[in-house]
Amino acid sequence: MKVGRAWIYMALLVLTVFYLLPVYVLLLTGLKSFAEADLTRMWNWPTQPSLAAFAKAWEKLSPNFMNSVYLVIPATLISSFIGSINGYILARWRFRGSEILFPAILFGMFIPYQSILIPLVRFLQFVGLYGSIPGLILVHVVYGIPITSLIFRNYYASIPGELVEAAKIDGASLLGIYRWVMLPLSQPGFAVVAIWQFTQIWNDFLFAVTVTNKPAQQPITVALQNLAGSQIVEWNVQMAGALLAALPTLLVYIFLGRFFLRGLLAGALKG
Amino acid sequence: MEERPLDPAPTIGAPGVAERAVPVPRWLQAMREIRHRLESGLPVLLITPSVIAVLIFVYGFIGWTVYISMTRWNDVLPDYTFVGLRNYIGLFQTPRFQADIRNVVVFTTLFLLGAIVVGFFAALLLDQRVKGETFFRSVFLFPMAISFIVTGIAWQWLFNPQTGINLLLKYAGYTGPLPRWFTDPTIMFGVKAGAIQVGIPVALIPVVIAATWQLSGFTMAMYLAGLRGIPEELREAARVDGASEWQIYRHVVLPLLRPVTLSALIVLGHISLKIFDLTVAMTGSGPGFATDMPAYFMFETTFRGNHFAQGAAIATLMLLLVAALIIPYLRYSLSRETEL
Repeated sequence: MKVGRAWIYMALLVLTVFYLLPVYVLLLTGLKSFAEADLTRMWNWPTQPSLAAFAKAWEKLSPNFMNSVYLVIPATLISSFIGSINGYILARWRFRGSEILFPAILFGMFIPYQSILIPLVRFLQFVGLYGSIPGLILVHVVYGIPITSLIFRNYYASIPGELVEAAKIDGASLLGIYRWVMLPLSQPGFAVVAIWQFTQIWNDFLFAVTVTNKPAQQPITVALQNLAGSQIVEWNVQMAGALLAALPTLLVYIFLGRFFLRGLLAGALKG
Repeated sequence: MEERPLDPAPTIGAPGVAERAVPVPRWLQAMREIRHRLESGLPVLLITPSVIAVLIFVYGFIGWTVYISMTRWNDVLPDYTFVGLRNYIGLFQTPRFQADIRNVVVFTTLFLLGAIVVGFFAALLLDQRVKGETFFRSVFLFPMAISFIVTGIAWQWLFNPQTGINLLLKYAGYTGPLPRWFTDPTIMFGVKAGAIQVGIPVALIPVVIAATWQLSGFTMAMYLAGLRGIPEELREAARVDGASEWQIYRHVVLPLLRPVTLSALIVLGHISLKIFDLTVAMTGSGPGFATDMPAYFMFETTFRGNHFAQGAAIATLMLLLVAALIIPYLRYSLSRETEL
């Protein structure tokens, strides 16, 4: 290619600026004092960078941050485990109706959740889980079934059939094959699914805002939105809070990005 | 995609070696029979809880919602009196809902265009064997790991008419009237149709930019995977035939990327039709409902206004829209999978 390497790098640089600009602005404003974080001096550097805004944001958001932690850990673990079982069965076993079953389950990950929200809220009120973190865990586990089953199904389908055949000849049962053949080979599958679910659940807003009504029970996304919409606009605290809310998934992305990408492409049914 | 082995019902535990030697006692045979039955029923048994959950929480709840949409339940207390399509007719006569349809169509079109163009361009650049490819790829993709709420807050600050980008325009010496971004009630190319103006709401443009920022990494990743999947021999052959690099892209690469474009359009398209968090955090309904969306209207009318039947009607229409996009796609991808 003789288009001029310089132009290629120039274009890449422009794109990099575009993608990093919002994070730069969050960081810049988050490091400022209340007085300096005003509209006319938005792009100025802080004269005395301080973490005071972060401390204040943490003070306001930490209970909700912890709610998200208590939500995301069990929900991710349970839904990964369920997805693994379903994926194994969908990939390896044929029974009557199994070819209709798979697309019927998959459809559940594309629906607009608005179309189930009213019955969901009624149901949660009925069973006494409305407004609670366990209620939200249940919701994320159930609506996580399609994507987690899909990723695991594709993953298990790529494990050579000979391995399973060999185990069968050795007399392993269905669960034996799962326990002794599939599960030990499952770490990459679990990594992809767990990271995907972690990111989705941590970032969810729609379920969080409809299922939890009391501030004390709300996950971080709802609390952040309330903080940003409050009457007194402390830009520095808002931006610091946004960064705090983004931090867990950003860290996961930075350290385990390749698994994240695989989950992303699986969502496009690319296997 | 590898073909999955067509295992018949499991036959483990079937009569085997043991029989040949000694006559098997009847109780053992019975035990084996039970075990065999259990084994062949086990896959169904294990997947049953999930199937029941999906049946109830997806299909059952959808049915319930559709039913609510045809009742009189527009107050706090449930009222399941059947009223047919009255809520739907009322909805289409509501200016706010008319604006929502306009907004979601305009938003989806512009956003898909943005995500495809930016993502494809980024993938093309990364495909030129550049140094630091991993770094650039990570940077272009990281917004996908962030919530729409965070994105909305950051871009709202950037597009705040009193600061952000406008301040940069001032620094650059621009003295004309500054854009009002998401506070601008203007409808571009507006044509009056009933109570609303049909056209492009200017206030939507910042939202389109924010959404493109967040999701174009996805198209980039898909296109890059597509580009890497094209055998170098194909390009080489075209080169030998005297094709220019531009012609190779135009006549060899682009046609091969068509399925990728289709997948990206459908996946991003269905996200876009459901868009909720981003507008909540960034603009809300906007001036004169210029950035209002069906999902936001549904949320407000249902959970803030207690108009459950109206909310259910909006939800049902959203579902129909998404289903029209997703069902053909599911059939297409799954049938292609079995062919391979």
